[in-house]
Amino acid sequence: MDRRVIGVETEFGITHAGGTHRGLPPDEVARYLFRPVLRWGRSSNVFIPNASRLYLDVGSHPEYATAECDDLLDLIASDRAGELIMHDLAQRAEAAMAQDGFDGSVYLLKNNVDSQGNSYGSHENYLIPRTTHFRRLSTILLPFLVTRQIMVGAGRLVPATDESDPHYAFSQRADHMWEGISSATTRSRPIINTRDEPHSDAAVHRRLHVIVGDSNMSETTSLLRYGATDLVLRMVESGVPVGDFELENPISAIRHISHDITGQAAVKIRNGGEQTAVDIQARLLDRARRFVRENGAHHERVEQIFELWERTLQAVASGQHAPIERDIDWAIKKRLLTDVAERGSLPMGHPKLEQLDMAYHDVHPTRGVFNLLAAHGRASTQLQPERIQRAIVDPPATTRAALRGRFLSTARAMGAEHTVDWVHHKLVDRPLDALMLKDPLSAEDPRLDTLLGRLGERVATLSEQTLDQRRAQEVPLALSERYKLGHPQELAEPPLI
Amino acid sequence: MSTQPQKRPQGGNDDGAAPEAAATAGANAQAQKRAGELDSLLDEIDSVLESNAEEFVKGFVQKGGE
Repeated sequence: MDRRVIGVETEFGITHAGGTHRGLPPDEVARYLFRPVLRWGRSSNVFIPNASRLYLDVGSHPEYATAECDDLLDLIASDRAGELIMHDLAQRAEAAMAQDGFDGSVYLLKNNVDSQGNSYGSHENYLIPRTTHFRRLSTILLPFLVTRQIMVGAGRLVPATDESDPHYAFSQRADHMWEGISSATTRSRPIINTRDEPHSDAAVHRRLHVIVGDSNMSETTSLLRYGATDLVLRMVESGVPVGDFELENPISAIRHISHDITGQAAVKIRNGGEQTAVDIQARLLDRARRFVRENGAHHERVEQIFELWERTLQAVASGQHAPIERDIDWAIKKRLLTDVAERGSLPMGHPKLEQLDMAYHDVHPTRGVFNLLAAHGRASTQLQPERIQRAIVDPPATTRAALRGRFLSTARAMGAEHTVDWVHHKLVDRPLDALMLKDPLSAEDPRLDTLLGRLGERVATLSEQTLDQRRAQEVPLALSERYKLGHPQELAEPPLI
Repeated sequence: MSTQPQKRPQGGNDDGAAPEAAATAGANAQAQKRAGELDSLLDEIDSVLESNAEEFVKGFVQKGGE
């Protein structure tokens, strides 16, 4: 597909620390966190004006799912907006908790593992044609996903166990994957989840659900993650030969690779022989470059993605990580941990280093360690801060998300009871007019205008609020009202007679 | 940055060595500046982290997700 819808769902870790007493447990903090959401939407599972979904998931994890994006930078902006939305909620929770006598700070961590080894995810969704041959998809995509961690892993300081000393690994999630492909998520986490909820026309599309990824802090790493995966999917869909790297045991391979930061770990290929993650990725990169030479680039970041891909593989292969220390999450974090360990002569498993590993993922703009590194030029970015601010309130303009955003904000402004999800748009008073939008790539539909027209002629008096006007509203910015209803007199005078 | 020719620490009268020594001094100054910047960044990070690292880490326990 040249135009593909991509979305990412992020579960955040939540904790309360630094008060006079022991912090509140995560489920209680999450309840404080979602108070403004509950007040706004009478539910802790809502679609918000930027068309994304905000909810409390299994295990009290605050979760944010980006709206449908067909542009990589829109996707990264929406994902980053999710961090700021969580931060806004965290600040409000902290204040509300303080009023109730619980001092201390609320932390929202965009990572994937807690201190006891519980894991929570970063799930990617890629729209693929229903015609994609699933066996071909899995034989190419699984080895790609198993080895992708050396480029886009978030890095983790693995504490000492009975079998191993504390050490640094590429990935947060690798140890928590139990199957190659299956339909389960919590019971036995598979790398590719086959749960088939396309949220679109099931005869045309399928939603590929990838749950193996680490949550990324770096926009640059994110670009490589989604960009390279999309390129591999394009090759799968086109039917070109991509090579055979099917792994004998994907689950042992993903762990083996993660725990060898030298990149020398070799994994068994089903058809014989052993290869390293760099070998496999280098061949995929080579194929992707050839594919783009022959078929053309489908967006303007393709060359940048190839350059990052190649540079990262070279850094891993050579063990010289300096060239990627501003761009790739695991390397940015590793540099920091090394600097701190050297300065304080700290051993590898020191609690201070474990704390830094977590604090790297703190979404707080001036306390989160990744954000501090970026502010000091030690981590690269791809987006202007203004674009991320806009993504807190604006739906992506080029997909179905634009329609969802308009529907829910208009219904709210008109005071009309409504329900909305990825596909359905319903005014409670007009159940027969419920609208299903099954094409996630379409940002226009006259039926939506008709439906909104049913809300009465005052719809014509709605005016869009500026970002400043929305900031001035009391609710969190992400929940601010997009439209303001005009005075009835603003309607044109009805014709006489 | 000084552009004055500088003497090699171990003496030596080869003029050709002077720019090299100056370059080394420049690089050292650069490295020192970078080390200073890193120090102040690490201090800043230190100042925002919860002071009891062990307690913070142990207290960060979630239920499994997904």
